[in-house]
Amino acid sequence: MEEVRLMKGNEALAHAAIRYGADGYFGYPITPQSEVLETLEAEMPWETTGMVVLQAESEVAAINMVYAGAACGKAVFTSSSSPGVSLMQEGISYIAASELPALIINVMRGGPGLGTIHPSQADYFQACKGGGHGDYHCIVLAPSSVQEMCDFVGLGWDLAFKYRTPAMILADGVVGQMMEKVILPEQRQRRTEEEVRRQCPWATTGKKGRKQNVVTSLELDDDRMEQNNLRFQRTYREIEKHETRIELLNTDHCDYLLVAFGSMARICQKVMELAAEKGIKLGLARPITLWPFPAQQIAEAARHCKGILVVELDAGQMIEDVKLAVNCSIDVQHYGRMGGNVPSPDEVLNAFENLFINKK
Amino acid sequence: MDINDIIKPENRVYKRPALLNDCHMHYCPGCSHGVVHKIIAEVIEEMNAEEIAIGIAPVGCAVFAYNYIDVDFIEAAHGRAPAIATAVKRLQPDKLVFSYQGDGDMAAIGTAETIHAANRGENIAMIFVNNAIYGMTGGQMAPTTLLGMKTATTPYGRRADLNGYPLAITNLLAQLDGTCYVTRHAVHTPAAVRKAKAAIRKAFENSMAGKGTSVVEIVSTCNSGWKLTPVQANEWMAEHMFEKYPLGDLKNE
Ligand SMILES: Cc1ncc(C[n+]2csc(CCOP(=O)(O)OP(=O)(O)O)c2C)c(N)n1
Ligand code: SF4
Repeated sequence: MEEVRLMKGNEALAHAAIRYGADGYFGYPITPQSEVLETLEAEMPWETTGMVVLQAESEVAAINMVYAGAACGKAVFTSSSSPGVSLMQEGISYIAASELPALIINVMRGGPGLGTIHPSQADYFQACKGGGHGDYHCIVLAPSSVQEMCDFVGLGWDLAFKYRTPAMILADGVVGQMMEKVILPEQRQRRTEEEVRRQCPWATTGKKGRKQNVVTSLELDDDRMEQNNLRFQRTYREIEKHETRIELLNTDHCDYLLVAFGSMARICQKVMELAAEKGIKLGLARPITLWPFPAQQIAEAARHCKGILVVELDAGQMIEDVKLAVNCSIDVQHYGRMGGNVPSPDEVLNAFENLFINKK
Repeated sequence: MDINDIIKPENRVYKRPALLNDCHMHYCPGCSHGVVHKIIAEVIEEMNAEEIAIGIAPVGCAVFAYNYIDVDFIEAAHGRAPAIATAVKRLQPDKLVFSYQGDGDMAAIGTAETIHAANRGENIAMIFVNNAIYGMTGGQMAPTTLLGMKTATTPYGRRADLNGYPLAITNLLAQLDGTCYVTRHAVHTPAAVRKAKAAIRKAFENSMAGKGTSVVEIVSTCNSGWKLTPVQANEWMAEHMFEKYPLGDLKNE
């Protein structure tokens, strides 16, 4: 049964996974997302659905456990925050290269280095531009509410299984920690071994009634390795064609466009209201998939605009994709805070006015 | 008597195991990996476990183990086989899950995964091929390289003051509550091969019986890396390696 609850974004991730019928979680504690593992341990899903929950010895071990579970055709996931996700990059590259479905969650904190435990969006490049070695992509979903934290767990797995590629939920610390009302979906049954065998005939489930299955990313024949890469690229083009997602608010009649994701999009909604009181018409483009990036939709939304302000919790990362989207034909500016600071709506509006209105 | 009178099924005393593929191995002649593969294939066959066996191949010379042993395989990132075996076994408890690793994989880059999988008592069998060198990358020093041994990165011999001491990781694993069976073998003589095979069988049976982690170390040769002929390498191993890595059970519960 669906259930309405009040909870943190991180807790919603855990509940959504159990209800999706997840097979396993492997993770290592790190602020600001430790509630995921804590909630799962408290819920004890191994007693109810049979889901495996394991506190790994490190993020390196955790991502390799996810690689293993995915190789077995299971719905497995991990969650971490920025430094931990840096440690996982080799494993994510292996998952992509082995064409495995897996869900990885990054509840971002401020860096670089040990940085701060407070919110950030500074892992945009890492998440969207590869992160690990080689030519690969993760599908990157950016939730901006607790409800989306919940919904994107299921969406992430569905897309990961559909395209046999890793999906990442790229949340910021604000979305992980804030409490909101959330509608949890119905409990789904975990797939049986027979269902896994049917859905994932490539999985390492033991070679009963079939030939050997091998999950590997190794191919020493250059031509065959190039063919593998071309196949990955074809998958990425398909994902770009069918899975690009964006939310557009008030973009039909705006003079200027705000572009922001995650918690910054929530703040920008307030900025739009404040601006309207002053007679400034702002629209908001909120990319839901950061990769594939909704470049075309942003270009269309910005066609009649005098300028674009990209608001991020970083030094300016997504702005590069926005500039590419409009081919630099429009004035694109950035406003961001770093170090765990989150700007107020007034502050963003002020920055907007200084960059676009007062300068004239 | 004609030769064809002798070539009859009932006279056969030795055959390639059914699960060992009929193909050329990439291993150097004399390398221990091939023999270890053969006995693993035999044990799986004898246990009738081919439909439930899932192997974890390392990064190292045995990276292509899946081309030779005909059961399901996952190729691990360097050092992570125990973490991978952990998840495979937890998610599919009715499967026979074994990892296969070299010394660099298991005792250098993957030390944390090795110790923690064993300490959790994962119901897996770890096969550890200790040839005291990095075979695949061209003969560099391994954690298990003996003092004085010349390698590509210790061209004048391993020195304790510069490189530390050879790491007997198996002894360490025997200390952990999660392990039930820790044993050290070699495959340099037919008698040793038979004992190593019995150990692997026991390790596999333990994992299916849910007794905890079993570790079978095979003290091995890397004649290419050691720059010796296969026969010399076996002799050198018996003379030098067994002193630091004595054969026999370290733990058998
Ligand atoms: C992350 C990473 N670091 C380094 C390597 C390079 N590498 C491949 S095999 C290997 C060592 C293998 O030695 P060992 O585990 O002793 O196995 P052997 O080849 O001797 O059987 C190294 C360092 C790699 N593939 N990945
Ligand atoms: S390099 Fe050494 S370990 Fe590798 S195949 Fe040759 S003899 Fe075996």
